[in-house]
Amino acid sequence: MSVTVDRPEWEAAEERSRRGSHLVEVALRIRELGILLVLGLVVAVTAAYNPRFLSAQSIRDLLLNASIIALLTVGQTLVVITRNVDLSVGSVLGLSAFMTGDLLAGHQGLPIVVALLAGIVLGAACGAVNGAVTAIGRVPSLVVTLGTLYVFRGIDFGWAGGRQINASNLPDSLLALGSGRILGVPYLVAITVVLVAVTAYVLRSYRSGRELYAIGSNPDAAVLAGIPVGRRVFAAFVLSGAVAGLAGMLWTARYGTVDATAGTGFELQVISAVVVGGVAIFGGSGSVVGAALGALLLSTIGSALVVLKVPSFWQQAIVGALLIGAIALDRWVGLRIAAALRQRSIRSGS
Amino acid sequence: MAQRDDRGAAQSAETSSGPRLVLEHASKSFGSVRALEDGSIELYPGQTHALVGENGAGKSTLVKILAGVHRPDSGRLLLEGRELRLHGPADARDAGIAVIYQEPTLFPDLSVAENIFMGRQPLAAGRRIDARAMRDQVEALMQRLGVPLDPSRPARGLSIADQQIVEIAKALSFDAQVIVMDEPTAALSGAEVERLFSVARTLQDHGAAVLFISHRLDEVFALCQRVTVMRDGRQVFTGPLEGLSTDDLIRRMVGRELDALYPKQEATRGDVALSVRRLTREGVFTDVSFDLHHGEIVGLAGLVGAGRSEVARAAFGIDRRDAGEVIVEGRQLPPGSPTAAMAAGMGFVPEDRREQGLVMDLSIARNASLASLGRLRRGLFIRDADERRLAADWAARLQLRYAHLSDPVSALSGGNQQKVVLSKWLARRPTVLIVDEPTRGIDVGAKAEVHRLLSDLAGQGVAVLMISSELPEILGMADRVLVMHEGRLTAQLSRQEATEERVMFAATGHTTTEVGG
Repeated sequence: MSVTVDRPEWEAAEERSRRGSHLVEVALRIRELGILLVLGLVVAVTAAYNPRFLSAQSIRDLLLNASIIALLTVGQTLVVITRNVDLSVGSVLGLSAFMTGDLLAGHQGLPIVVALLAGIVLGAACGAVNGAVTAIGRVPSLVVTLGTLYVFRGIDFGWAGGRQINASNLPDSLLALGSGRILGVPYLVAITVVLVAVTAYVLRSYRSGRELYAIGSNPDAAVLAGIPVGRRVFAAFVLSGAVAGLAGMLWTARYGTVDATAGTGFELQVISAVVVGGVAIFGGSGSVVGAALGALLLSTIGSALVVLKVPSFWQQAIVGALLIGAIALDRWVGLRIAAALRQRSIRSGS
Repeated sequence: MAQRDDRGAAQSAETSSGPRLVLEHASKSFGSVRALEDGSIELYPGQTHALVGENGAGKSTLVKILAGVHRPDSGRLLLEGRELRLHGPADARDAGIAVIYQEPTLFPDLSVAENIFMGRQPLAAGRRIDARAMRDQVEALMQRLGVPLDPSRPARGLSIADQQIVEIAKALSFDAQVIVMDEPTAALSGAEVERLFSVARTLQDHGAAVLFISHRLDEVFALCQRVTVMRDGRQVFTGPLEGLSTDDLIRRMVGRELDALYPKQEATRGDVALSVRRLTREGVFTDVSFDLHHGEIVGLAGLVGAGRSEVARAAFGIDRRDAGEVIVEGRQLPPGSPTAAMAAGMGFVPEDRREQGLVMDLSIARNASLASLGRLRRGLFIRDADERRLAADWAARLQLRYAHLSDPVSALSGGNQQKVVLSKWLARRPTVLIVDEPTRGIDVGAKAEVHRLLSDLAGQGVAVLMISSELPEILGMADRVLVMHEGRLTAQLSRQEATEERVMFAATGHTTTEVGG
């Protein structure tokens, strides 16, 4: 049984669908714009209350405060896009922070590049554990990384044994990395920006990047398309671990004092930033730029509340409300887009 | 659908060139289950080959071997005479074998172009994806297929027909020489089937070897030149379709004479069981009135989108209604309450059994007892033993084929899944049963069993409303036929009055009074 529908002409349908796709693209791109808008609003309101909020030093501090979490969101985004999650990033950061501190304090004269590499390798090894259990053992990553969150932190405590490493024991070159600037931009901020830019480019324009999205969007289809799903997921975890290892080393450089508790609870801040930044928690869509902006927004709100003399316990409630708002917005936009897309299918008669 | 004239020509062309793809004596077991015993098939360039057989005959397993998803335990695959070993779907693709599944698996978040080229995106300098080239190539493919799909739109929201077009474009993009279509028409409307067929013919005329799998035998005759029939994991017949009839094929598929696919018995018509009065839902259907008597099967026919399922859903209280009333056994049903409808003795077997009829991960026993938990409850709890007894009882009555009642229902074939949905409702002993597309996607043997069951129910005095898009099923089973067109009832025909022409006439918007003769 069949109905023949008068089909609109090719050109007309084409033209209409082009216009439609433009609208959809704007709606999708709106996320980064939306965050910038909210960010601008927060800064404007706070600056109206206290103009010093806009001084060069204050802006540098805002960026510096956000940079470590923003760095972690880069790795986390890679993992979340594949429909997984890495809860162990805070513990990996802590482990790497203490290890690099210990290494440099114990071997005076060791080039900090060695410590940097050691941090990255340690993080990558931790990520490899997460990735192997998830991809080969087929255990949900939520469970795996919740486990390693405690395991890695436990190792950290065992290693530190209650010790604390102070700035006086650390080489000046390391502390310079934490507080120095290049062309007026703090090193940490520069490193974060470069890493975000490189990752964004790879995710956009390289096959391996697109395959991460494909895996998160439909894991079964990814297998049928011949994508090495296990290998890609494993790689995402290794990269997330490596980034957390790098962040740990930078953490020591920035704060100069390390004990076994560094980075405790960071995983939730990172995931909040990723979600606020528009990365779908069930994978398949989102960008590292959005996630990093999400980190900047959350940390700026934290600083703004201090300036506005809002009691600090409100901060958490506001972050939570923002998170729910962001997810509700995603859902709403998603439904609107889905409806628009279905409509387009019907109208173009195809 | 007319048979093609050049079938003979294609036939002779075949003898001059060898087969492109040959599967020889392939077998495959999953645990103790032998899914494929002796799967063999030969596909020739420029020909469309049909693969038919009941569900569970091993067709899907054979397809998955060709797709590189499963590796056969024994047997071999030859491409252009050379042995081919597939270690995964990517190998099949590289060998030029494309598989289009009934429900394509796309990436909803990614663009149409990316779906087509995933893993094979055209590259520019530095192994960077050349997005522009990718878009242009997809546009060219869409032009070739004559389908105006925007390459940059996300795959989310595409109709099943368009999703299949994306899969076909994918096959074209890597110049597939073997194209396997696994029940591609099961979820398509008539116009969409025609479009798919014209695309398939184009592929065939360009020299592709096409394997077409369908339960709809009229489609097989319309599109294909050769056929392979499978039964119980074996190839039981291969040959040209010319000279075969539908009955011949069915006989070979089931391996026994099908005395009647539509075993409708005469039943005495009783009092009115369900009365629907001027039921209206804004923009969906308008002013629908009909009576359903005890002991009769009423067929509800119409084109896809005519509002048949929607009327049934509103009558059962799943969807809201804007006006009108629903009366069961003389008592008004409150709107929007399936609970009240069930309490009044109604049952509803929905169209989409996987999404709406069953909880796929739950066991057979759990699914079968789902609508009867209130009756099974003793004190606060439900005993497993009671649940199993109920399920075993109905499984026996419906001749359900299963290994254990504790197996997930997803392990059953389509026909057996449908029997579980039916037993779920029959366990409540309904007096009014609405069945929406009761035999969609199930094989001929199971179909006849479902028909016999519906006929028995009517014989026991149950009032049955059967929605179906298969005209032979409506004409074969219904005592009366209601026809809908764009949300309105356009005809009520008795069994004697109902002919294919009359139903189609009403389904395309002509009221019966206009039928001259």
